[in-house]
Amino acid sequence: MKRDLTVRILIGALIVLLLAGPLLPRWAMFLINVSLCYGLVVLGMMLLMRTGLVSFGHGLYYCLGAYAAGTLDVLFGISDIAVMLLAAIAATGVVSALLGLLLRKYRDIFFAMLSLAFSMILYGLLVKTSALGSSDGFNVAAKTLFGIRIAGTEFERYLIFAITVVTAFVAAICIHKYRGSHRGRLAEAIRDNELRVEYMGASVANTVHINYVMSAVLAGLGGALAAISVGHIDPEMAYWTTSGEFVFVAILAGTGNVLAPFLGAFIFETIRSFAYEYSPNTWQMALGITMLIVIMFLPGGLWSLFTRMRKAA
Amino acid sequence: MDGNFSRLLKTAAAVLAGAALTIICATGHAQDKPIRIGLVTFLSGPAAGPFGVPAKIAAEAIVDSLNAGKAPAPYNTKGFGGTPLELTIVDEAGGATKQVTELRNLVERQNVDFVIGYISSGDCLAVAPVAEELKTLTILFDCGTPRVFEEASYKYVFRTRAHATMDAVAGALYLLENRPAVKSYAGINQNYAWGQDSWADFSAVMATLKPEATITSSQMPKFGAGQYGPEISALLQANSDVIHSSLWGGDLEAFMLQGTPRGLFNRSQLVLVAGEPYLHRLAGNMPDGTIVGARGPNGVYAQKSALNDWLRQIYKERAEIYPNYPAYSVAMAFLGLKAAYEKARGAGGGAPATDEVIKAFEFLNFDSPSGKVMMKLGKGHQAVTGTAYGTTRTVNGQVTVGNIKYYPLERVQPPEGVKSLDWIKSGMKPGKW
Amino acid sequence: MNQLVAVLIDGLIYSSWLFIIAVGLTLIYGVMKILNIAHGSLYALGAYGAASLAGYWINQGHAPMGSYAVMLVAAILVGLIAGPVIERGLLRFMYGKDEIVLVLVTYAVFLILEDFIKLTWGVDPYFLYQPYSLLGSFDVGDLTYPVYNLVLFGVAVLIGVTLAWVLTKTRRGKMLVAVIHDREMAGAMGINVSLVYFVTFTVGAMLGAVGGALTAPMISVQPGIGAETIVLAFAVVVIGGLGSLPGAALAAVLVGLVRSAAVHYRPELDLFSIYFVMAIVLIVRPRGLFSIQEARKI
Repeated sequence: MKRDLTVRILIGALIVLLLAGPLLPRWAMFLINVSLCYGLVVLGMMLLMRTGLVSFGHGLYYCLGAYAAGTLDVLFGISDIAVMLLAAIAATGVVSALLGLLLRKYRDIFFAMLSLAFSMILYGLLVKTSALGSSDGFNVAAKTLFGIRIAGTEFERYLIFAITVVTAFVAAICIHKYRGSHRGRLAEAIRDNELRVEYMGASVANTVHINYVMSAVLAGLGGALAAISVGHIDPEMAYWTTSGEFVFVAILAGTGNVLAPFLGAFIFETIRSFAYEYSPNTWQMALGITMLIVIMFLPGGLWSLFTRMRKAA
Repeated sequence: MDGNFSRLLKTAAAVLAGAALTIICATGHAQDKPIRIGLVTFLSGPAAGPFGVPAKIAAEAIVDSLNAGKAPAPYNTKGFGGTPLELTIVDEAGGATKQVTELRNLVERQNVDFVIGYISSGDCLAVAPVAEELKTLTILFDCGTPRVFEEASYKYVFRTRAHATMDAVAGALYLLENRPAVKSYAGINQNYAWGQDSWADFSAVMATLKPEATITSSQMPKFGAGQYGPEISALLQANSDVIHSSLWGGDLEAFMLQGTPRGLFNRSQLVLVAGEPYLHRLAGNMPDGTIVGARGPNGVYAQKSALNDWLRQIYKERAEIYPNYPAYSVAMAFLGLKAAYEKARGAGGGAPATDEVIKAFEFLNFDSPSGKVMMKLGKGHQAVTGTAYGTTRTVNGQVTVGNIKYYPLERVQPPEGVKSLDWIKSGMKPGKW
Repeated sequence: MNQLVAVLIDGLIYSSWLFIIAVGLTLIYGVMKILNIAHGSLYALGAYGAASLAGYWINQGHAPMGSYAVMLVAAILVGLIAGPVIERGLLRFMYGKDEIVLVLVTYAVFLILEDFIKLTWGVDPYFLYQPYSLLGSFDVGDLTYPVYNLVLFGVAVLIGVTLAWVLTKTRRGKMLVAVIHDREMAGAMGINVSLVYFVTFTVGAMLGAVGGALTAPMISVQPGIGAETIVLAFAVVVIGGLGSLPGAALAAVLVGLVRSAAVHYRPELDLFSIYFVMAIVLIVRPRGLFSIQEARKI
C-alpha cells in the first residue's frame, strides 16, 4: 500500500500559497481566496456525502455564517476578524445541533429537500428584514485582526487571503484526521448499510448528527470568510441555487480526499470566470457540458484523475 | 508513458501557457491603445430583456458613434478626446459575490480603464467598495437604491442617474394632482428590496400629502412569481381607487395580462413606477389612463434635443424600436464620462490620470439625451435630474403617453445629507440646489 | 362576497396549475427514480414553443380559436423531440448511478437548455395574450374569472384521471407499476424495461411541455421561468411523497390553498408559504403525504 501523502501535500500547499500570495496578480489571489471559501463549504458537503447524505440546503449555513459575522458590526460595532469567525462557528454550531436533532432521521432526497426548505425559510426571513438591506444585503468590512487595525493598510488583502489559507489548512488537516478515526470511518459504513452499523453497536443517529454539525460549521466558516473577502453579503447566499452549486462542485471534485473540495472549487471558479469572459452568453452551457463530461468519464470526480495517475506510476 | 499521465501533463502545460499569456497581455500597455471600458449589464435572466440588453445595444451604438465622431456637439470629438473606445462586456447575472470577482477580473486581468455597469442595486452596493480598493473609476448606470451614497462616500464611484426616491415621490405627486380625491390605495410590489422600497416611499409620500387616504392592501408576490390569481382577487376585493406597482419586465406583463380580463383596471387606477420599458409591448393590455414613469425624463419623456434625436436614431438603426429608459441611463454614463475625461484632458493635453478625471467629474454638469444632468449629491458623485410622469392612451393600436408633467429636482429629491425616508416624512421641503 | 370563497377558488386554480407542472416530474421519478431538474427546461421549452407557434398562427390571421390546438401541438412536438433526445442521448448511459448524481446530470441538462433557449429565442419575452381572454369570463360574486382558469382546472383533472386509469386499469400500466416496484424482477419476467423508461420519459417530457404551453398565455415567456417553476414542482412532488400521483394532487391542493390564504390574509408571508408547508409536512410525515414504504436492506 502506498503511503498517504495528504498531510505533506497540505503542508506544502500551505507554504506555497502563503509565499506565493504576494507575488500573484491580485485577481488570481482573490480567485484562490474565494475558491478556498467555497472549498470549505464543499469540504463540509463531502463529509456529509461520505455518510450518503446530500444537502440541497447547505446555503443555510453558508449564509448564516456570513450574517453572523456581518451583523456583529451592525449590532455591536464589532468588526474583528477573529470574533467574526467565532460568531459564525457559534451560530452555525447551535443551529445545526438543533436542526440536526430532526434531520438526522432523514435520508436521501428527503434529507436534501427538508434542508432546502429550511434554507429557503432563512432566505425568506432575510428578504423580509429591511433593516438588514432586504435582498440587497449590506457591505461587510473587517477592520481589525486580534485588535490590530488592518483596514486600509497595504497588506489588508494579503492578510485576509492568509487567514483564509490558514483556516482552510487547519480545517483540512482536522477533517483528514477525522476521516481516518473510528467515527470518521463509520460514515462510509453508514452509507453502505445502516442496519449493519446498528447491529455492530454503533449509533447511526449520533454519527450522522456529529457529521452534520461539523459540515455546518465548515459551511459557516466558509460563509464568514467569504463575507470578509468579498465585502458584501445578501440573502442570495441561502437561495437554493447557491446550495445547488455546492453540490455541483462536490460531485465535480469527488469525495476521495480532503484536497479534492478545494481543487474542485478552484477549477469551478476558474472555469466560470473565464467562461464569463470568453462566452458571456453561453457560460451556463459551458458549465453544464463540463459537468456531464466529468460524470461520464470521471465517475469519482476530478480527484480520481490523481488516484489513477498514482496507480499507473 | 501512461496515457492518463501524459494527458494530465498536456492539460497542465496548456493551463500554464494560458496563464503566461494572460500575464504577458496584462503587462503590455501602451499609450496609443484605445480606452477600454468594461460594461456590466444583464445578458441573461429576467432583467436582460427589459433592461440589460437595451442598455447593451445602446452602449454599442454609442461607442460606435462616438468613435466615428458622429455625436452632436459638445460630444463630437472622436472617442474620448480623440482616443477611440473599446468595450468589454460582462454578464451581470449570478449575484453580488460573482460580480465582485468579475469586477476584479475586469480591472486586473482585462485591464479596463473605466467600468460602466450594474442594474441591480445589490450589485451596486457590493461593487462600490471594491472599485474603491481597485482605484478604478466606476460608474453605476442604472441601479436605484439611495443607500449607495447615503450610507458611504466614495472617491472612485459615480452614479450618473438620479436615485429611486424621486420615482415614487413624483408618482404620488402626479397622482394627487390629477386625482386629488383619492380615498384609498393598494400596492402590488415584488418582495425584494426594489419593490419594498418603492412601496415604502410611495406610501410615505401619500401619508404625508394625503393622510386621510387609507391603505387597503399591500401585496408582495415573490419576484418572478408569474401567477397573480390570488393577488388580483385580493386587489379586486380591496376595491381601492388606486393601485401602486413597481413591477417590471415579465412580472409586469403577466400582471397586466391577468388583471385586464378580470376587470381590475376598471375598478382601480394604476400607477406604474417603472412601466415605461415595455409600453410598446403592452398594446391591448394597458388600460388608458394608467400613470406611467420612466425613472427620470427618459424614453418617451425625453424632450426633443439634438442629443435625444441622435440616441433615438442610432438605437433604432440597431434595434428597430426606440430606446427605453435603461438605454438613456447608459447614455448618461458614457456622455458624463466623456465630458469629465475631456474636461480633465484640457486642450491638447495627453491622457489624463484617473485622479484628474475624478476631479473633473465631481460636481460636473453635462447634457444628455434626457436633458441636463448635475452631479450634486454624494459629494459630487451622485447625479440629480428632474423627472416626468404621464398617462397612457392607446392610439391606433400603439400605447402613447399624454398629459406629461415634468417635475424639477427640488420637488422630488432630498438634498445632500438627508435620508430619503426622513425627507419624505418631514414634509418634502425643497432643498437648496 | 365572502373572502373565504375567493381563497378557495384562487387556491384551486393555482393548485390545478401546480398539479399540471408537477405531474410529469412525479411520473418520471416514480418509474425511473430520477428527480428531473430538466423538467423546468421542458416547461420553458413548451412555453416558448407554444408562444412562438401560436403567436405565428394568430399573426398570420388564422382563427384565434385554433391557437389552442396549435399550443397543444407545440407542446407535444417539444416532448416528442426533447424527451427522446435527452433519454436516448444521455440518460440511458447513466442508469444505475446514484440518485444524486442523476439529479446533477439533469441539472447539467437544465443549464445547457437554459442557454439553448436563450440562443434560440433571445432574451426578449414572448407575449401570447390572446388565448387567455378569448373564452370570455364568468362572475363569482363580485369577482371575475377568465374561463381559461376553468380550462386549467379541467386539464389538471383530465391528466390526473387519465394517468390513474392507465396505471391501474391497463395492461401496460400494470407493467409500469411492476417496473416501479422492482426493475430487475420486471426485466427478468420479460418486461422491456428500457422501452418502459423511454416511453415514460417521453410522456413526462410531454407533460412538462404541456404545462409550459398552458401557462404561456397567462405570463410573459421570458428567460428564467424554468428555474422559478422547477422549485415549485419539486416542492409539490416531495410534499406528496415522491412518485405518488394522488400525493402530488393532494400536495398541489394543499400548497395552492395555503398560498391563496396567505395572499388574502397575510400577503407578506406569501414568499415562503410553500417552504413552510414543505417543512411541516416533512416533519410530520418524513417521506411525504403518500409514501411508498421501502424495504430496508440488510
